Amino acid sequence: MRPGRGTYRVGDTIYASILGYYDPRPPVAQVIPLAGRYIPRPGDTVIGTVTDAQGTFWLLDVGAPRWAPLHITGTPWKVEVGETQRYLHVGDAVLVRVESLDPTGRIGVTMLGEGLGKLDGGTIVTISPAKVPRVIGRRGSMIETITRMTGAEVAIGQNGRIWVSGTPDAIERVSEALRMIDEEGHRRGLTQRVEGYLTATSARAPPLIDPRLPSVVQRLHEPRAADGAEEPAGPDDDGPSSSAEPSSHEY
Amino acid sequence: MGTVGAKDVPVLMSPDGLRIDGRREDEIRPIRIVAGALRQADGSAFVEWGHNKVMAAVYGPREVHPRHLQENHKAIVQCRYNMAAFSVDERKRPGLDRRSQEISKVIGEAFESVVFAEEFPRTSIDVYIEVLQANAGTRCAGLVAASVALADAGIPMVDLLPAVAVGKVAGEIVLDLKKEEDNYGEADLPMALVPQSGRLVLLQMEGHLTREELAKALDLGVQGCREVHAKMKEALRTRYAEGDGGAA
Repeated sequence: MRPGRGTYRVGDTIYASILGYYDPRPPVAQVIPLAGRYIPRPGDTVIGTVTDAQGTFWLLDVGAPRWAPLHITGTPWKVEVGETQRYLHVGDAVLVRVESLDPTGRIGVTMLGEGLGKLDGGTIVTISPAKVPRVIGRRGSMIETITRMTGAEVAIGQNGRIWVSGTPDAIERVSEALRMIDEEGHRRGLTQRVEGYLTATSARAPPLIDPRLPSVVQRLHEPRAADGAEEPAGPDDDGPSSSAEPSSHEY
Repeated sequence: MGTVGAKDVPVLMSPDGLRIDGRREDEIRPIRIVAGALRQADGSAFVEWGHNKVMAAVYGPREVHPRHLQENHKAIVQCRYNMAAFSVDERKRPGLDRRSQEISKVIGEAFESVVFAEEFPRTSIDVYIEVLQANAGTRCAGLVAASVALADAGIPMVDLLPAVAVGKVAGEIVLDLKKEEDNYGEADLPMALVPQSGRLVLLQMEGHLTREELAKALDLGVQGCREVHAKMKEALRTRYAEGDGGAA
C-alpha cells in the first residue's frame, strides 16, 4: 500500500494526518476528509466575495486557504488600469471559474465563460463543499426540484456557496432545504424529505408584516408629536394588537 | 509567591494516600470534550477538565494578518491563549499579560511541530483559546481543546496532542494537579505528548524535583497523556457518529 491523500508514512507504517474516513482500496491508502477548507480544482465554478480591489485585479475570497486574484483581463468588461472599483466593490459576490492551482496554493480564476459574472441581489448560503453534489442531485434532479417548487433562481459554487435570488419566502424555503441537505445529506430519502418540506410550505405565504399592526409606511408618516408622551396603559384591553405595537422610539 | 502561614496549607495528602479531592496519585480529574462546539469557526472544541472550562476555536488555513508574518514555503500557526476576567476568584485584568503571552507562545510552537504546514504556504492557522473557568492545568486543557479543534478544522497533523501536568504534592509525585495542589505543592510539570512518536513537544517546570522524581514524573505524565488521547479521539468520533455516517 502507498500512502495517499490525508496520510503520511513513518517507516513501514501509514498514519492518517486528517480527520476522515479510511479508504483502504489498494494500492493507495487514503483518508477522505470530513472537514476542512475548500481546496480548489481547475474547472470548478465557485462563488467568491471581493475582499480587495487593486489596480489591475481584485482579490476574491472563495473559501479556500488563500484569496484568488481575478485579473481585469479575466472579465467581460473593458476595465482601465486603476478603475477596478467602478466594476466591483469590496463585498460584491461573483460567479467565477477556477483555471489553475499552483503548488504554492495560488488560485487562478476567470469570469469569462457562460453564466459567469457578478451576482446582483439575492443571498448566499454556505454549506459544506463536500455536500455540493447532493445539492445538485443525480443529473441535476435535486436542484431542479428546488428551483421548480420555489421559483427561486439559484447558482451553485463547488466551494459550498450557493446564491439564491427570489421572493423572501422563496429564499427562506431554499435556505432551509439547503440546510437539510447539509446536515442530513448522508441519510436515506433525502430527495423525498426535501420535496416534502417544499410541498408543505408551498401554500404558505406568510405576509411580511403582521396585518394586525398598522403598516410601517403609515407609522413612519405619523406625526412625531407622540414621541416621549407615553400612552396611558389601557387597563381593559391588552390584546395582541396593542401589546405587539412597538413604541415609536424604535423608529 | 506570597508567604503562606503553615496554618493556611490544606491537607494535600491523607494518611491513606488519598489527595484533597479523593483521587489516587495516578488519577486524572474527569474530562469531557465536545468537538465542533461552535458554528462560525472552521474547527472548535469545548473542554471541561475538573473545574476547568476551556473553549478553543481554529480558523484557517487563511490569509496571514499582518502580512509581513507570511512565510513563502509554509503556513504559520498563530495562537492566542486568553483568560476571561471571570475565570478566577479575584477578577483577572482582561487582556494579554506576561503569563498568557508565554502560554500562547509555547502552545503555538507545540502545534507548529505537529502540523503539516508545508501543505498551505503563505497562510496562517489561527488558534484561539479562551479559559472560561480556571482550576490549575489550563494550559494543558487549552492545548487539548485546541488540538481537537484543529482536527475538527480538517488541518493535517502528525497526531493529536494530548497534554497533562504532573506535580509534587506533599512529597509525592502525582498526576494532574488541581488548584490547591498547584498552589501549595512543591512542583508543577506540564507536558504535551505526540502519541505517534512518543515525543514531548511541550515541557515546562516550576518548583524543584530530583532526577529520580523527574524520571518518575515523566513516566506518569506520558501515561496520563495517553489516557487523555483516548478521550480526544472519542470526542471526534462522537461528533460524526450521529446518523449512520458514510463509509462506516
